[in-house]
This record gives sequence, structure tokens and C-alpha cells, in this order.
Amino acid sequence: MELKRIGVRVAWLLLAFGCASSASAQRFITVASTTSTEQSGLFGHILPLFERSTGIEVRVVALGTGQALDLARRGDADVVFVHAKAAEEEFLREGHGVQRFPIMYNDFVVVGPKTDPAGIAGDTDTLDAFRKIKTVGAPFVSRGDRSGTHIAEINLWTLAGIDIAKEKGPWYRETGQGMGSALNTASSMNAYLLSDRATWLAFMNPGDLAILVQGDTRLMNQYGVMLVNPAKHPSVKRADGQAFIDWLVSPEGQASIADYRIGGEQLFFPNAGEPGA
Amino acid sequence: MLPLTLEDVSFAAGGRTIIDRVSCEFTPGPRTVILGPNGAGKSVLMRLCHGLLTPTAGRIAWRGSRDERRPRAQAMVFQRPVMLRRAALGNVTYGLKLAGVPRTERDRRAREVLDAVGLSAIASRPARVLSGGEQQKLALARAWALTPEVLFLDEPTANLDPGATREVERIVDQIHASGTKIVMTTHNLAQARRLADEILFISAGRVADHAPVERFFAQPSTTEAAAFIKGELPWS
Amino acid sequence: MSDIGSAFAEAAHLIAAADTTLYGIVLLSLEVSLTAVVAATVIGLPLGAALAIRRFPGRAVLLVTLNALMGLPPVVVGLLVYLLLSRAGPLGELGLLFTPAAMVIAQAILVTPIIAGLSRQVLEDAWHEYEEQLRSLGATAPMAAATLIWDTRYSLVTVVLAGFGRAAAEVGAVMIVGGNIDGVTRVMTTAISLETSKGDLPLALGLGIVLVAVVFLVNAAAQLIKSAAVRRYG
Repeated sequence: MELKRIGVRVAWLLLAFGCASSASAQRFITVASTTSTEQSGLFGHILPLFERSTGIEVRVVALGTGQALDLARRGDADVVFVHAKAAEEEFLREGHGVQRFPIMYNDFVVVGPKTDPAGIAGDTDTLDAFRKIKTVGAPFVSRGDRSGTHIAEINLWTLAGIDIAKEKGPWYRETGQGMGSALNTASSMNAYLLSDRATWLAFMNPGDLAILVQGDTRLMNQYGVMLVNPAKHPSVKRADGQAFIDWLVSPEGQASIADYRIGGEQLFFPNAGEPGA
Repeated sequence: MLPLTLEDVSFAAGGRTIIDRVSCEFTPGPRTVILGPNGAGKSVLMRLCHGLLTPTAGRIAWRGSRDERRPRAQAMVFQRPVMLRRAALGNVTYGLKLAGVPRTERDRRAREVLDAVGLSAIASRPARVLSGGEQQKLALARAWALTPEVLFLDEPTANLDPGATREVERIVDQIHASGTKIVMTTHNLAQARRLADEILFISAGRVADHAPVERFFAQPSTTEAAAFIKGELPWS
Repeated sequence: MSDIGSAFAEAAHLIAAADTTLYGIVLLSLEVSLTAVVAATVIGLPLGAALAIRRFPGRAVLLVTLNALMGLPPVVVGLLVYLLLSRAGPLGELGLLFTPAAMVIAQAILVTPIIAGLSRQVLEDAWHEYEEQLRSLGATAPMAAATLIWDTRYSLVTVVLAGFGRAAAEVGAVMIVGGNIDGVTRVMTTAISLETSKGDLPLALGLGIVLVAVVFLVNAAAQLIKSAAVRRYG
């Protein structure tokens, strides 16, 4: 009997500890962002700077773009930071966001096996490369998860004149996973894949894959940030969320983004305020 | 609480009638031994009296009010003793604790009764590692500590060697001498002769005879009883 | 093969480097899973005892359901708890989503059927042996339950350890309701998942080895306590 009473007390203490550590006095905002952005390591670089200058902790929940926007639609995030302009604008039209600010861009690259069965290495026309992959039926890994990368990939197929939903074959593998996981899958299958450059550079298990197509203007990948609409979701931390957005577009924030490098190479190019971005 | 009266008590289970309209009375004083062939219903009858089973027909009535000084009105010792995973002393105090006896009093009574049955030396030994004989003596001690008005015993020595059997019988006598009514089943005629003051003979779920022990063995009143007595080997 | 070799090296390096991030993750994993197991035991053990002792109509259906719930997929539990705790959900006001508390809740839900189902079996087996004697001594159902629990305590410790193992090993539930937020809700399993996604397989495997070692230590500690208790109480 004694043991049971002690045990119950310990349980309450632990639970209280758990609740206390979560309901701490620490100021924080919840940012829904994408797996590719997190796995590139960008947040590890820029967030400490923001936190030091404002005292606001930024808690990033990393999902695919579609999932991140859905999270915000439920009011579970204060800010969204994703890279699919059309999806973001739809989000705004639905009234879930206040305003969209372009922040930075990077580019996508087409990676594939060095053996290159579709013969696309060095191509500058991505659409052409995609057509070749389909013709040869070479294995191609798709994110398949409504992420920014996935949306960009679908767009490329469409621009290449291919209705991929109808015309895909067994060579087209949809994984429904984050960028890194998709890269793992492509690496082990020796498949082609559309990836953002940042995640690719940070990725540590490339196997026999290499960049085969890059530099096409169609491969540009624009990132935007939005405050979740407090009118629709009263729990949103308006002031602190806006502070984060203000910092991202500020010279200090933009410089910190440009600063982030892997192996000396810059991954993201700040372009806040660029018209039409 | 005594006498205990059974009026037309029946018990059926699984479509079978195990106890068939039994009427009898257990009076304070005489040690009652319930005899009968296997499957006659002796164990079931004991459990009905003790309250572990409910009759499907008939009435079981205890007369008079409970003596509040006694922690429990009745106790039972089973053929296989069930010991809790704690020391021998703890097993005895457990029953007293259930009955609401305060701690110091519990300890005192438990030690007293362990001493009376000769188990003082192993009071702190884990009960489950004791031998079969020691466990059964411990079970008796546990029941005795409750100073019950009635003690039911279901074939208490069936699994014991002759030495342990003798010790158990001695303790049963002591308990009887301290004022507890004994109701016991056995299939061992010699033991019945040694311990009983009266015999309740059960056959096929019915009372076939109820008589003082001498009269039962000298002049069994039914053919079933006679056959039963003859059927048993003289030395079992 | 070389990956596995470098994984062990990585694990050793992680532990030797006394990396504060790693220790924070290990501590959080233990805190979440241990709290969840304690909560699951407080709820599941009395439930298992009640099911072991009482007979009532519909008991068989309840037992089958309980046994089936032992196999609840963690990701499904995570999804359900997420829908409950989301701002758009019924308990959104509590603001528990993406906190360790949410992870504790999800894991407790996951583990309670295991504790209840397994303890029910242990206690029912004991009840078969003890029932007549305990009733003869005048034990009420709650007292009998408490006695059974104490008497089967060694088997029940194994049941609790099974629950802890399940909680410590799962990733589906804590990923969804915790969000794997760096420094806040990142635990061993979600960290392993992240490093795997980043392609750092040696590090992921190294973390995996650390996780297994931690769970092993918890089990070893429980075994030591058990042995000491056996020596004292028998």
C-alpha cells in the first residue's frame, strides 16, 4: 500500500514536470515549415540569431508544404514558411493568412545515377530531360506528398506535356515522404529525383547519385512566409509571429540567410521585396 | 451463530444436481466429520455451509447473532493451503487485518498462535517455501487466529505424510478444545474414528446417515453406509 | 557492413563526447516514456484487476477488445491525439500540441491497453489459485485485488517493463503530436528518424545503439530492484 501511494505521488510530479516544461514562461512561436528547409540546416543557422536578438524561441514543425499549410489551417501554427507560391496564394484567398512575403529562393536540381540511362546529364532543358526519363522508363522517385518540391515536380511534367497522374508507369515511384527520405530511396534504387539543392548538398548518403540537370530558370524555387490570420485563429501569437517575419525581411535576417553555406557554397539567395517573387 | 441449519438445500451446476435436498443441523460442541465416497458432494456441501457457494434451492440459516469479540465467525482450511507471497507471520496477520484487528494486537495474536502450532521458528520465513505439512499447519494457525466459532476443514491431511497428519490432527484437537466447532471432511475412516464425535454420511448428494461416531461404525443405518465402511481397507 | 561498424564507433563517440544535445534528447525520451508508463499503470493495473476478478455480461467482448487494443498502431494513436489537441479540435484550448505533455498523453494511451491486458492475465491466473482462500478470509473485491497485485508483483514488473519498452521504441505517435521540434520535443526515436532522412546513417544507427543501451539499463535497474526484493521478501 505504501509503495502504491508513493508511486502515485511520483506520477503526479512527473506529469506536472511535463506540463510545466511545456507551459514554461519562455516566449515562443510555432512555425510550420518544410522538411527540405529543415534538413538543409538553414534553421539551425539563422534561428539562434533571431532568438538572441528578440528573446523569442522559434519552434519549427517540419512537414511537407501541403501538410504545413493544413496545420496552419487548423490554427496549430503561428507562421508558415514554405515554398509553393500557388498553394500559398490559395491559402491567402481562403483567409487563413494575413499577407505573403517572399523571403529567399534556391533552386531545384535533377539528380540521378551517374550511369544516366536516360541520357540527360548536362541538359539545360528540364522539360526535355523529363520527357527522356519517361520515354526510357527510367526509375524516378517522386515526393508524392503535396510538398513544395512535389508541386514543382508536377508542374514540370505538365509543362513537358505529360499528364503524369494518368501516364505514370511502374518506373514512377511515389514515396509520400520528406526530401531526405526520398533521397534515401532514390539513392538505394539508383533513380532520378527532383530535389532542392540545399537538401542535396546537406545529404550524406548520395550513393551513386549526382546532379545531372541544373541552372534552368524553371528550376527556381521561391520561399514565402505568412502570418496565420489571428482573425480566423485567435490563438495565433500575432505580435511575436510578425516580429519573426519582420526580422526575416530585414537586412539582418536576409544577410544571415545569405551567410549559410555548406562546403563554402551558398544554398539560399535572399530576395525579400523583389516584385513578383 | 450456531446452530447452523440446512433446510432442503440443493445445489446444481452444469445441469447436474450435486447436492439434493439436504436437511441437517450443525450444533455447537461435537466435532462433526462428513464422510462419503468420492463425488458424493462433501466438498460442495462444506462450501455451501461456509458461504463460498450459494444454494440453488433451500435455505441455510445461522441462528443467533455474531459474537463481535471474534474477528471472524467462521474459517476454512482447504486441502491445498494457499499461502500469500510473504512471511509466515504475515500470512497470519493478513486475516486479522482483514477483520479489522489493530496492528499491535494482530502481531501479538499471530505470534501466540504460531507458537501454539509449533511454527515460531519459521515466523519470518517466506511462507511459499515451507513444506506441505508446515504450510497446512500455517493455514490452521491463520484460521485459528481469527478465533472462529466454526472451523471447516476440507480433507486437510489428504496430501500429507503420516507425521504431518498426526501434527495436524493434534492442532485440530487444540482448536476444538479452545471452543471452536469443527466440521471436517475426510475419506480416511481411521481418521474419522479418531477425530469425530458425530458422523454425517453423504452419498449421491443426500444425507444417508447422521449419527454419533460409535453408533455409525457399529450399526450403520443404511446399506450405503455399511458398504462404504466395508469397502474401505482397515488400515487406510 | 562498414555502416554498422562506423555506427558503433559513432555511438561510442557520442557518449564519450558527453554531447549536451544528446543527453537532453535521452533525458526527454526517458521523461516522456517513464511518465507515460506510470500513468498507464495507474489506469491500467486497477482495470486489469477489475477484469480479472469480476464477472459480468459482456466481459468476453471487453477482453477481446482489450487484447486487440494492445496492437494499436502508434501512428494511429498519434493521429487521434493530434485531432484532439489541435486548435481546431475539442481540447485545443489547452495548448498541449507540440509539447512533451502531448507526447506523454499519446504514449499513455498506447501503453494502457498493454498494461491492462497483460496484468489482467497475470492477475486472473493468480485469482484462480487465491479466490477461495481470500473469500474465505473475508476479503472484499478491492482488498483481494490489492493482495493479488502485491503477490504477483514480480510478474507485474515485467508487464510494466513491456509497456515501457513499447513506449520508448515508438516513433509514430510522438512524431505527430510532438512535431520533433529541436530542443523541445525531439526524442531519441524522432532524432533517429531525422538523421536517417538526412542520410546520416552512421549517426542514426549510433543513436539507435544509444537508445537500446538506455532501455537495457532501465531493464537492468528493474532486475536489480527485483532481486533485492526477492532476497528480502521471498
